[in-house]
Amino acid sequence: MGEASVRAGSAAMSGSRRLLIVGGIALAVWGMSYGLWYAVFAEHQALDSIGASLAEGFAAAADRNAAGMETSLQQYREAKYIYDRQVDVHGHWIGLAMVLIILGIGFDRVNFSERLKLFLALGLVLGSVVFPLGVLLQTMSHGPLPRAIAIAGSAFVIAALLGSAAGVVARDSSRGAG
Amino acid sequence: MSARRLFLLGGITLILTGMFFGDIFAVFTLHQNAAQVGANLAAAAQAAVAGNRDAVLANFQNVGAFLENRGTKVDTHVHMIDFGYLALLLAVLQPWVAFTERAKKKLAWLFLAGAWLLPIGVYLIHYVGLAHSPMKTIGWASIAADSGGLLVLIATFACLLGLWGHFRGKPASLADKLLSDRSTEGRMLFAGGIALVLLGFFHGAYYAATDLYKHEAQDYSLLAQMSAGAAAGAGAVVEEALADYGQLQGAKAVNIAAHAHSIEFGLLAIMMAFFQPYVRLRASWKRLWAGALLLGSLLLPVCVLLELQYGLVAGGLADFAGLLIIFALLAMWIGILRYTGELDAWARPASGPGAPQ
Repeated sequence: MGEASVRAGSAAMSGSRRLLIVGGIALAVWGMSYGLWYAVFAEHQALDSIGASLAEGFAAAADRNAAGMETSLQQYREAKYIYDRQVDVHGHWIGLAMVLIILGIGFDRVNFSERLKLFLALGLVLGSVVFPLGVLLQTMSHGPLPRAIAIAGSAFVIAALLGSAAGVVARDSSRGAG
Repeated sequence: MSARRLFLLGGITLILTGMFFGDIFAVFTLHQNAAQVGANLAAAAQAAVAGNRDAVLANFQNVGAFLENRGTKVDTHVHMIDFGYLALLLAVLQPWVAFTERAKKKLAWLFLAGAWLLPIGVYLIHYVGLAHSPMKTIGWASIAADSGGLLVLIATFACLLGLWGHFRGKPASLADKLLSDRSTEGRMLFAGGIALVLLGFFHGAYYAATDLYKHEAQDYSLLAQMSAGAAAGAGAVVEEALADYGQLQGAKAVNIAAHAHSIEFGLLAIMMAFFQPYVRLRASWKRLWAGALLLGSLLLPVCVLLELQYGLVAGGLADFAGLLIIFALLAMWIGILRYTGELDAWARPASGPGAPQ
C-alpha cells in the first residue's frame, strides 16, 4: 500500500481500508478455491476413510482381534484429526475474509490516526492468513510449531479487532463529549 | 434495480431462507437424526459384544447414511447463509467495482445462480447418491454443487478484478451515502455487531485452549473403550462409553455452534448497519428491528451454549431467538424492497466504469 489515502469523493478510501478490503476478497477467493479443491479431490475420500476405519475397528472387536481393532481405531483417529482441521481451515479462511471486508468497509468509523489504523489492518490481515495456516500445518506435523503459529495468528486477529473496537468507542465518546 | 440492490435483496433472501431452513432442520430433523446415529452406534457396539461382524458393519453403514444426511443439511444451511453474507458484502463494494452497471448486474445474477445451485445440490446429495454418475465417488448432485461453487468463485473473482481496476486507475469521485450514514440504528448495529464478533472470537479461543484437544482425545478414548469393552464382552463398559460419547458429541456441537453463530450474527449486524439508509421504515421501527436483531443474535448463541445444562428450556429460547432474527431481517428486507430512492441514482446515468457519483 503506497500512499496513505486515495480520495474517493466524500468517503476517503484510505490505505488501511484498501488493505482490509482487497486482502479480504483475495483471502475469500483463496479460501473458496481451497474448499472447491478439497470438496472435489479430498473430502469424499476422507469421509470414506473415517467411516471405513471406524467400522473396521468395531468389526475387529467382534472378531476379538485386538491388534486389528487398535490399528483401525488409530487410522480413524488420524483421518478424523486431519479432516476436522481441513474443514476448519476452509471455514476460518472464508469467515475471517468476511470479517476483513466488513471491517474494511466500516473502517472510517475507527477514530485513530491512519498510521495506527494501517497497523491494525496489517495485524488483522496477517492473523487471518496465519491462523488457519497454522491449523493446516497441524495436519502435516503434530509438533508444537504449527500450534504456536495458529495461536499467534488468532492472537493477532483478536488484538487487532479489540483495537478497532476501541477506535469505534473512542469516536462515540468524543462525540458525546463534544 | 441496481446491481447493488440485486446483491442486497438476493443476499438477504439467501440468509432468510438459510435460517428458516436451519430452524426447520433443527426442530424436525436434527434431534431425530442424532437419536438414530446414537441408536445405530449402540447397536453396532452390542453386535460387537455378541461377536456378530456382519451386524456391526450393517449398523455402521446406517450410521454413515444418517451422518451424511445430517452433514448435507448442515452444509446447505451454512452455505446458503454464508453466500448471503458474501452477497451483502459485494453489494456494499459495488461502487468500487470498475465495470459497467450492466456487467455488474450480470455478475450479480451469476453469483446468485451459483449461490442457490450449491446448497440445493448439496441438499440433494443424500437423495441422489451416485445414481447414473460417471464417477466413482462423486454423484450428479455433488457435481451440480461444485458447479455452483465455481460460479460463485468466478463472480467473486471478477468483483476482485473490478476493484483492482478501480484502484489501479484514477478512482472516480464516490459519494456513497450508504457508508456515511451515522443514524442511531446504524450505530447500534455496528457497535453491537463488533461486540458479538469479539464475543465469538473470545469463546472460540477459550474453547480451543481448554476443551478442543481434550474433546479430541476423549473422542478416541471413548471409541477405544467401547470397542475394547465389546471385544471383552463387557456390555456395561460399552453402555457407559456410549453414554459418555453422546454427551461428548453434544458438548462439541453446542460449543462450535455458539462460536460460529455469535460471529456470524455479529457480521450480519455490522452489514445491516451499512444498509439502514435503504430501509424504508419509520425511524422508531428501524430502531426496534435493529434492537430485535441484536437481542436475538446475543440470545441464540448463549442459549445454545446452555442447552447441555438446561435442555429443552434453553433450546426453546434459542429457537425463539432465531425467529426474532428472522423477523427483524424480514422487516428490513421489506423496508429495502419498498425503497426506490436516490441512493441508487449513482447506478443509473453514465453506466461507465467507475460510474458512481
